[in-house]
Amino acid sequence: MIKGYKGIPMPVRYLINAGLFVVFLVVVSSLTDAKVISTYNNKIIMLIGINIILAVSLNLATGYLGQLPLGHAGFMAVGAYASAIFMKAVIKTLPLGLSLPLGLLIGGLVAAVFGFIIGIPALRLKGDYLAIITLGFGEIIRVILLNIDSVIGFKLTYGAAGLKSIPKTTTFLDTFICVFLVCFVIHAILKSRHGRAVLSIRENEIAAESCGINTTYYKTMAFVMSAFFAGVAGSLYAGYIGILDPTGFGFMKSIEILVMVVLGGMGSMIGSVISATVLTALPEFLREFDAYRMVVYSLLLVVVMIFKPTGLMGTYDFSLSRLLGKPWERLTSGGKSKKAGDR
Amino acid sequence: MKKILCIALVLIFAFGALAGCGSGGTNTTPSASPSASADGSASPSASGGAANGGTIKIGILGPLTGEAAQYGIAVSHGAQLYIDQINDAGGINGKKIETVVYDDKGDPTESVNAFSRMVDEGITGLIGPVTSKPTLAVVDEALTYNMPLITASATAAAVTYNADTQTVNTNVFRTCFIDPFQGEKMAQFANDVLKAKTAAVIFQTGDDYSVGLKDAFVAKCEELGINVVDQEGYSKGDKDFKSQLTNINSKSPDVVFSPNYYEDDGMLVTQARQAGIKATFMGGDGWNNVSKYASPADLEGSVYCSGYASGSTDEIKAFEAAFTAKYSGETPDMFSAQAYDAAIVLLDAIKAAEEKGLEAGSDDYKAAVIDAMKNTTSVGLGGKYSFDEYNNPIKSAVIMKLADGKETFSQMF
Repeated sequence: MIKGYKGIPMPVRYLINAGLFVVFLVVVSSLTDAKVISTYNNKIIMLIGINIILAVSLNLATGYLGQLPLGHAGFMAVGAYASAIFMKAVIKTLPLGLSLPLGLLIGGLVAAVFGFIIGIPALRLKGDYLAIITLGFGEIIRVILLNIDSVIGFKLTYGAAGLKSIPKTTTFLDTFICVFLVCFVIHAILKSRHGRAVLSIRENEIAAESCGINTTYYKTMAFVMSAFFAGVAGSLYAGYIGILDPTGFGFMKSIEILVMVVLGGMGSMIGSVISATVLTALPEFLREFDAYRMVVYSLLLVVVMIFKPTGLMGTYDFSLSRLLGKPWERLTSGGKSKKAGDR
Repeated sequence: MKKILCIALVLIFAFGALAGCGSGGTNTTPSASPSASADGSASPSASGGAANGGTIKIGILGPLTGEAAQYGIAVSHGAQLYIDQINDAGGINGKKIETVVYDDKGDPTESVNAFSRMVDEGITGLIGPVTSKPTLAVVDEALTYNMPLITASATAAAVTYNADTQTVNTNVFRTCFIDPFQGEKMAQFANDVLKAKTAAVIFQTGDDYSVGLKDAFVAKCEELGINVVDQEGYSKGDKDFKSQLTNINSKSPDVVFSPNYYEDDGMLVTQARQAGIKATFMGGDGWNNVSKYASPADLEGSVYCSGYASGSTDEIKAFEAAFTAKYSGETPDMFSAQAYDAAIVLLDAIKAAEEKGLEAGSDDYKAAVIDAMKNTTSVGLGGKYSFDEYNNPIKSAVIMKLADGKETFSQMF
């Protein structure tokens, strides 16, 4: 990468990250098995995982690409329905080890197709216009899910009655493996040439275009990826809750996800992860306070936006090499070198 | 340095919260409801985790905030009233009933989370959830714990019967009518009492309740030979129904069935009269409190079916007086009454399980409660309860008529 870079070599960094993640998985699952973490807390942790995927995937379009799509819940809904219908159909014939990854993939792919269809016209627009058109598409998806049965003539989404008895396949392990994969893929892409192109579009679209970057291509790519991961999150949600109902995927759900991204800091993955965690867990921890809990939730948003308008983390991103770079250098070169690698 | 300090503090706080919650789930007594905090401080925390030594815990779950809060609050108040009455009379088998009340905002995810938390806190039965979607989600979850569940207001047929696997959810009961039942009753009423020959329907597309009632009404009408001349749909949030109502007016039906919620019904009736429709309006139990949303002259003669008629019997009068006294002047509605009945059915069943000498909270105990509910002979405000093969209550509907701007009891049907 950078010439003269003296930080931790890349494979080691990836190994450390992966190791930390495996430790996290093992600790939480064994605590759950030992009933230290109750079913209730386990459920909240799963929900946190799903919301992290949603926030991180929206962050790709909002924070890194610099667009403001308001239809994220629509992609989540499409993914959720697609995978739920698939899982209901195959749960008895295919083993879970096969059907679950397939279900997640189908959820993601169908959402990605919708993302592509919507992205092509929508991404020609900028700012407010893009927000409005994606909002419109999000609502269209919801209305289609609600009414498609009477058009096609057989029961597919079960409309307002809700899609029921979806196999409850989502577990803590699936959720967090997905969280890890999503974060890893987004991170890896951002560090690649494609990611730099995406970031340059955020900074200045005209300058990026004059440098020869195919802005339409990269905008669509980021948008479709964002939709894909939202679809995966939707699939996980379907297997978590067991019943889907289009009204749950309305405009407010999109805003809820956007709030997570903005609160965490647009363009900061660790910010999205932290704020998704806090905003999911907080209302649950505050249950004792009854009706006041939503006041606390709203107050938190107001206070953060007043005192830190860029969000909790700004554009800061967690970097293992920055954290461990100095100790590593001392370890390898006997403390001679002074300059730590930046990234 | 400052940054590291910040991060460290955040981490400490986060882990503290997690750890606090982990232990909170099993040990501490919640102070969510007034009664729980009142006797919660006195109740022995020494009895620890599984506990329930001197108390029996019951969950009440519903939307206390958000769009459907009106229903949720009515349900929680109604159920709490009966539980407090039992506690004042000495509890069951010397044990006090402790309630755990949580808000689900009418959202399935919140509802499932709150229910899991209640299970952690060791409830033996659940009254709620209130709205159909959260109930369906919770029912799925309750099955895995074989948790006795009785809802006072979830009318979707699928709550007690899973059509996919063709199995009855044995642990789930309700004290309200199901959607198809109301639609059929009103079609029968239109035929028998109103002598209608033609009918029109205006319903909210995409609403489970509205569509459920409409479908049952239309099917029953065809069976009875009533000609359904027009079916008009509108979307959630619509305020202007003129085009639909003009269509209906051109077909001049004898009755118009409007299976919607009171706010929409009020607007519909008002605009229908403006459009020149003279037909009698009929509705389901969503019409409760409609009298505040349209003028008496427009509403005159409209009928709806309900599970509850204010002031119709001595028991109901006593219930209303107690309710108003407890909740500083609030008047109970159908939801409070059905929740009160739900509490009666559940507590009677718990009493039966207690008499068998089983340990509260154990699997046998829950099975005994479910068994007792299935064969219940409890007498509630809606008369004597019994459940059919699908765990739906067998009782007759109350027909309410609007006269002089008041919703008055017309007849049992």
